[in-house]
Amino acid sequence: MQVVVCVKQIPDPSGTYTLDPETHFLVRPDEQVLDDTDRYGVEMGLQIAQAHGGSVTLVSMGPKGSMQGIRQALAMGADRAVVVDDADLKGSDALTTAQVLAAAIQRTGFDLVITGTESTDGYSGVVPQMLAELLDVPALTYATEVEAGDGKVTINRQTSAGYDVVEASLPAVVSVTAGVVEPRYPTFKGIMDAKKKEVEELTASDLGVDTSLRQRVTAVEPAPEREAGVKIEDDGEAHLKVVELLQQKKVI
Amino acid sequence: MASVWVFIEEEDGAPATVGLELLTKARSLGDVTVVYSGPGSDQAFATLGEHGAARVLHADPGDALPSAPVAAAIAARCESEAPDLILFGQTYTDRDVAGRLAARLGRSVLSNASDVELRDEAVVTTHEISGGTQIATAEVAGEKPHIVLVRPKSFPVEPAGGGAPQVEKLDLPDVGRSAARIVEHHVEEREGPQLEDAAVIVSGGRGLGSAEAFGMVERLAKLLNAATGATRAIVDAGWVPYAMQVGQTGKTVKPDVYIACGISGAMQHLVGMKDSKTIIAINKDPDAPIFSIADLGIVGDVHNVLPKLIEALENR
Repeated sequence: MQVVVCVKQIPDPSGTYTLDPETHFLVRPDEQVLDDTDRYGVEMGLQIAQAHGGSVTLVSMGPKGSMQGIRQALAMGADRAVVVDDADLKGSDALTTAQVLAAAIQRTGFDLVITGTESTDGYSGVVPQMLAELLDVPALTYATEVEAGDGKVTINRQTSAGYDVVEASLPAVVSVTAGVVEPRYPTFKGIMDAKKKEVEELTASDLGVDTSLRQRVTAVEPAPEREAGVKIEDDGEAHLKVVELLQQKKVI
Repeated sequence: MASVWVFIEEEDGAPATVGLELLTKARSLGDVTVVYSGPGSDQAFATLGEHGAARVLHADPGDALPSAPVAAAIAARCESEAPDLILFGQTYTDRDVAGRLAARLGRSVLSNASDVELRDEAVVTTHEISGGTQIATAEVAGEKPHIVLVRPKSFPVEPAGGGAPQVEKLDLPDVGRSAARIVEHHVEEREGPQLEDAAVIVSGGRGLGSAEAFGMVERLAKLLNAATGATRAIVDAGWVPYAMQVGQTGKTVKPDVYIACGISGAMQHLVGMKDSKTIIAINKDPDAPIFSIADLGIVGDVHNVLPKLIEALENR
């Protein structure tokens, strides 16, 4: 089973994001981290490859920087990585991203592609579906459970009411929600091994993808601020303030 | 007049609420066609007409996962009819269909819009970014149709008093190896009011410390006839089901009163609840971002405040 996991390096989400004042693109520092939600996909991929034999290849698009985030995913146990870094891809929309990932994945070959449901920094939420369309395979999305093998994949697909059991033949794209599996922590050996693993670097032109921008952010302005509220320290009686407000709002 | 299409999924035998919200906007932009995905019924079509749809293209995917066949069918229709704009909700199936459709047509998708306008040849959208602290304006010019995903609760549901729409069947092509099948539906039993419609919501976050402590949130919700919500962190941790998630990845809510218990206020969460009319927050950390949008902020341990609040309400 050839498993590809799409991962993304993002600015540390515990800090504040900075936008370029002219282009309004996100400013990406040299040191980026693995999008935390991608750890679930990597873990899922490792478990499936382990159960059925096969390999896990990471495919990523974005400024490579120090590669810290990619190494984090390799340290979990992925075999190799393909990183597409190209200054012309700055400000790409979801479709260009999907076109780049699809071209890189076609080159690698795949039975199963695993992605998150959306990145933490861009969250367009449509890259997995676009990727599936470009690869002409089903998109089994928002998976909270995944079983793959014998040419078939079955998932529990999150819905607003609960979940649906969805099945399809391989090859396929599966997008997983955080929580689908418990991601492992890299071992010391994993971290050391990751430094020696193969990372192939490609550009958009290597893949023949058109990088012209389709979307433009024309303005970013501060949102109207909410009127400041009251903040009180709990002195043991603060719950009475809640009761008072609930009465005032006629909830009780 | 611009031609505006709105994709609407059937939910529990009726058009999804987000679809009716989109119709309120769509009818101010042009002539409205609904692409309706689901079994369909005269009553459902009448509801669409009442909210401004002049025409319905009805696709019934049966037990097929809708995304691939419905996207292929819409793409084929776009060639003969050339709509200017197709609106979708930022929801599970809508995202799936929009993504596949855009890739098929080679079009950009504007995601997470809170408003949308057509200007000459371009579509201009508004987006709340950084947890709603900033408003971005984005634009896509060039080939049509423009494709926009709109966050739920961006527009009110307002019937316009239209008559029954003209209904046409939208045939679904065989999508070959892109096909997937739904083999079982599971509905997670929920007590009390639904999260999307509740006037009062009590939500819990990691500050509760354990899955067991969510019981306090449930007790408080019951006393207030409120729905229960949760942050992504505790959903991911498996404390509560996904259906309870409020935020970027989960549901967008706008209740009269939102009570955040042990929620720090990550951007992911704020964007889903910041438009609640009154926000009450209880959190240990005085610097938690949730306090910046709370009307009443209580700096204190939920394990002290909640039991007292529950007791006070029980004794009333």
